[in-house]
Amino acid sequence: MTELPLIGGAPVAVEPHLGGAKIGVVTFPGTLDDRDAARAVRLAGGTAVALWHGDTELGDVDAVVIPGGFSYGDYLRAGAISRFAPLMSRIIDAANSDAKLPVLGICNGFQILTESHLLPGSMIKNDHLKFLCRDQVLRVENNKTFWTSDYRAGEEITVPLKNQDGQYIADEKTLDALEAEGRVVFRYVGWNPNGSRRDIAGISNAAGNVVGLMPHPEHAVEPGFGPESNAGTDGLGFFTSVLNKIVGGAK
Amino acid sequence: MTTSAETVGKKFNIDTVENAAKTPDTELPWAELGLKQNEFEEIIKVLGRRPTGAELAMYSVMWSEHCSYKSSKNHLRQFGEKVTEEMKKDMLVGIGENAGVTNLGDGWAVTFKIESHNSPSFVEPYQGAATGIGGIVRDIISMGARPVAVMDPLRFGAIDHPDTARVMHGAVAGIGGYGNSLGLPNIGGEMVFDSVYQGNPLVNALAVGVMRHEDIRLANASGKGNKVVLFGARTGGDGIGGASVLASESFDDTKPSKRPAVQVGDPFAEKVLIECCLELFKGSLVEGIQDLGAAGISCATSELASNGDGGMQVELTSVLLRDPTLTPGEILMSESQERMMAVVTPENVAAFEAVMDKWAVEYSWLGEVTDTGRLIITWEGEVIVDVDPRTVAHDGPVYDRPFARPSWQDSVQADTFTGSVQDAGRPATSGELAAAITELIASPNMCSKAWITNQYDRYVGGNTAMAFPDDAGVVRVDEETGLGVALATDANGRYTYLDPYHGAQLALAEAYRNVATSGAVPMAVSDCLNFGSPEDPEVMWQLAEAIRGLSDACMELGVPVTGGNVSLYNQTGTVPIHPSPVVAVLGKLDDVARRTPSGWKEDGQAIYLLGTTAAELDGSEWSNLRGHLGGLPPKVDLSIERQLGEILVNASRDGMIDAAHDLSEGGLAAALVESALRYGVGARIALDELMERDGVDLFTALFSESQGRAIVSVPRSEEIRFKDMCTARGFAHLRIGVVDAAGGQLEINGVDTLSLDALSEAHEGTLPKYFG
Repeated sequence: MTELPLIGGAPVAVEPHLGGAKIGVVTFPGTLDDRDAARAVRLAGGTAVALWHGDTELGDVDAVVIPGGFSYGDYLRAGAISRFAPLMSRIIDAANSDAKLPVLGICNGFQILTESHLLPGSMIKNDHLKFLCRDQVLRVENNKTFWTSDYRAGEEITVPLKNQDGQYIADEKTLDALEAEGRVVFRYVGWNPNGSRRDIAGISNAAGNVVGLMPHPEHAVEPGFGPESNAGTDGLGFFTSVLNKIVGGAK
Repeated sequence: MTTSAETVGKKFNIDTVENAAKTPDTELPWAELGLKQNEFEEIIKVLGRRPTGAELAMYSVMWSEHCSYKSSKNHLRQFGEKVTEEMKKDMLVGIGENAGVTNLGDGWAVTFKIESHNSPSFVEPYQGAATGIGGIVRDIISMGARPVAVMDPLRFGAIDHPDTARVMHGAVAGIGGYGNSLGLPNIGGEMVFDSVYQGNPLVNALAVGVMRHEDIRLANASGKGNKVVLFGARTGGDGIGGASVLASESFDDTKPSKRPAVQVGDPFAEKVLIECCLELFKGSLVEGIQDLGAAGISCATSELASNGDGGMQVELTSVLLRDPTLTPGEILMSESQERMMAVVTPENVAAFEAVMDKWAVEYSWLGEVTDTGRLIITWEGEVIVDVDPRTVAHDGPVYDRPFARPSWQDSVQADTFTGSVQDAGRPATSGELAAAITELIASPNMCSKAWITNQYDRYVGGNTAMAFPDDAGVVRVDEETGLGVALATDANGRYTYLDPYHGAQLALAEAYRNVATSGAVPMAVSDCLNFGSPEDPEVMWQLAEAIRGLSDACMELGVPVTGGNVSLYNQTGTVPIHPSPVVAVLGKLDDVARRTPSGWKEDGQAIYLLGTTAAELDGSEWSNLRGHLGGLPPKVDLSIERQLGEILVNASRDGMIDAAHDLSEGGLAAALVESALRYGVGARIALDELMERDGVDLFTALFSESQGRAIVSVPRSEEIRFKDMCTARGFAHLRIGVVDAAGGQLEINGVDTLSLDALSEAHEGTLPKYFG
C-alpha cells in the first residue's frame, strides 16, 4: 500500500466534525495524484484510507476517490487496463448497489470510470494534441450530486486542469440524454481547453453517486498550493459535499 | 533462462579471459568503440594482457569523456578544494556520489543535481529529452530520496530556423511526456534561442529529492556474500555506446546516423521503479544501490564494487533481456532505461522479492559481493571479465589538455556595443522607447515561456508553492512546518563567450539572486558545464576559465558545489557552442508560505529598485536584438550580490515586501513588464532620480544589464522599516514608483504609456507564432 502522507504530517482539517467518514483513495501502478487526493480528504475533515488496486475487498470505506495519473502508462487507451483491477469490480458493484457508494473519478479516474461503464462516453486526445496544464474555470451545472451539494447551482469555480487525453466524446443521443437528465455536472467556462463535446468537463450517473471530471479539485484545497484566483481552494467543496452526505447532513 | 542462455551462448564465440591470454594478437575494435590508441595500450598495461571483448566494452564506455571526465577532472578539482569549513557544515554528501546531499534541518535532507542530455536530444529530441529526465530522477532515487520536482534549462537554435521546431517540439513533448507521467511537478527552467545551438541544442535536466537523514543511501557493495540484483526494465539494444560514441564526439555529417545510440524511455516503468525503491528504502532492504545510466551494467558493477569491499562476482547470462541476441559486450554497454542494481543481504532476499512482486517489477539475481578485490563476470560460468574495478570506474585516463586564450578574444572584447554600427538609431523618444520595450519583451529569449511550461504538470504532489514564471521554483518539504526549498537555474552563453571567467560567475550570481528573490537562503550549487571540444585549446581555455571563475565565486558566496555534470564536444565541425555553464542554486525557506512572488498585487504599494545601474549593454539582450556580440559582460560584484540576497531574504521573512523580481537579461525594462504581467497589475514609474544618481540616460536605465539589482514592492506600512534596513546596510535603494491596480497599464515617465493588454499580447504571442 502506498505510504500516506507523502511527507510531513496531515495539515489541520477545516471541518473536523466530518472526521468520522472514511474515504478510500485507490492507487494503481502509475497513479500520480493519490497523495493529493488523500490530502484533500484530510483537509476537508475526513479520514483517507489507502486502497490498492489488487485488493479484493473494499473494507469499510464510505466513499472512494479514483485519482489522476497515468495508470499502466496509458499506453493502451487511458484507463483500459485499470478497469480490470480486482478492486474495480468491487467498486463497480458497490456503486451500482442500493447502498450507492459515492465514487469520484478525477482525470485518469474519470477515464477509468468510463472504461468501467459506470459513466457513459469516453475521452480522446485533446484537440490541440498537447498536454495542457492551466487554471480552469468550471461552472457547476448540477449541485444535486453526492460530490457537488456544497456548491451553488451555476457557481463558477477554478481548479487546475492537466491532461493529454481530456476531450470528452459521446454520441449525440447520449449527450442529449445527459443534458436532459441533468447529468452534465461541470462545463468549461470560456475557452474549451480540449475540444470536449458541449464543453463538458464532468458528468454523473443517474443516481448522482458516481461523478467523473477531467480537472483536478484535489489540487485546489490549500491556499498557496492551488490556482491563484480566489483563495485557490475552490476544490474543497467536492470533499466536504460527500462527507456531509455520509455524516448525514451535519452541516 | 537456462534454455535461452544455452541457445544464446552458442551464437557467439565467447572471448574468455583464458582465450585472451592465449591470443594476444587478436584485432579488437577499440577505435570503433571510441578509444584512443594510448588508452587501448593503457588497458593492456593495466590487465597485463589484451582485454577480452567484454572488458574492452566496459573500459571503452567507462573511460569515455562522458563517464570519466578525463579532460575536465584536473580542473573540476577546484570545486572540492575551494571550500571552507563553513561551507562544508551542511553538506552531508559531496561530489562523487550520484548526487550531493544538503542538510535542511529538522532531520530533513535534500539532494539535487543537474545533468545534460544534449547529444541524444538533437538526434532524437523526444526520447533524448525524456530519458534525460529519467536518468536524473534515478540519480536522486539512488541517494535514498523521494524525487519531488524537476526543472529543465533548454537552449535551441535560431527561433526561425526550420530545424529548431523539430528539436523544440520533440524535446518539450519528451520532457512533458516523461516527467508528467512520473508525478513530478516541473517548477522552472530556462529557454534560450541562439544560432550557436543550431546543431547542438542543450537539453539539461535537474531533479530534486528529499529524505530523512537516516535514509541516505550510497552506491557501494559491501558485505561478502551479499547478493547483487538487477531490477526494473529488461536490458535491450538501446543506447549501446551512448556515453562513448554519442556524448563524447562531435557531430559530423560524414558519419552514419547515431540514432541506435539513443535510449528509449518508459516513464510508467520509471514511476513504478520510484515507488518500488522507496518501499525498499522504507524497509531497509538494500545495503547499496546504483542506477543504471550511462555505461549501464559496466558502470553499476564497477562503481558498486570499487566503492565497497572491492569485489563482485556476476553471471551475465542471468540478466533478463529484451533481445536475446545481445552479445556479452552489448549487455555490458546497453543503456536501457529504468533499471537499478542493488546489494541485498541474504536475510532480506525474500522481503526484497515481495516488494518486487507487489509492484510487478522484474528482477534477477546476478551474483554476490566478494572480498577478492576483483570484478569477475562470467558467461555460463566461463570468466569473460576479470578486472580490478577501480581501474574501470576511477582510474581512467586523465588529460592535462593544452589550453590557450583564443586569438580573437581581445578583438571581441574591444568591440563594444555603444557606438557600434548596430547601435545606430538607439531609441530616445518616448515613442521609440515604448516600441523598444515591446520589441524586447516579445523577443525570442524574453517572451513568455508559457507555451512550453503549460505542457508540464506543475501541480502534482500538492507541494508546489511557486513555479514558472516566478524567479525560482519553490517546493514544500514538510507539510507541518512549511519547510521547503527554492531552486533556480541560470546561464548566459553570451556573457561567458565574452569573458568565460566572469561569465560563469554571472551565471552563479543570477541563480543565487533568483533564489534569494524568492525569499530563500542560498545553500548549495549544482552545475552542468556545456562546452565544445576539449581537444580544441581555445574551448579548453573557456572551460578552464569558467571552472576557475565559478569555483572562486562559490567560495566567495559561501555556496558549495555538491555535484553536476560536464558535457563536452557540443560543436558542429569546428564551430563550438557558446561556453554555457548552467548553474543551479538551491535555497532553503523555513516556511514556504513566506515565499515572495514576482508580480505586483496591491494597489498603492511602493516600488523600490535595489542596486545601482551603469551603462552595461555589452552582451545584453538589447545588443542581441540588434545583432551585436562584443565588449565585456556586466561587472560582477559578489559582495553586492551577497548583501542584496540578505536584504531580500530578511525583507521576505519579516513581511516587508510583497513582491520581488531580479534584474537580469533585459534589465529593468523586462523586470517591470514581467512584474506587471504576472497578475495583470500595472504601475506608475519615474526613473529621473535614478538617472541623476547613477548618471545614465533613460534608455540605459531601462536596458542596461547591471548586476546586483532587484525590484521589490513594499506595503505602505513597511516602507520606513524597509528603507531603514537598506540604509543601515548601506545598500543602494530608490523608490521608483507605485503599484497601480486600476489603470491596466505600465506608465513610465518619458515613455509612451504601455497598456498591459498590448504588452501581454506581445509577450505571449511569440512562441505560438513560431511553434503553433
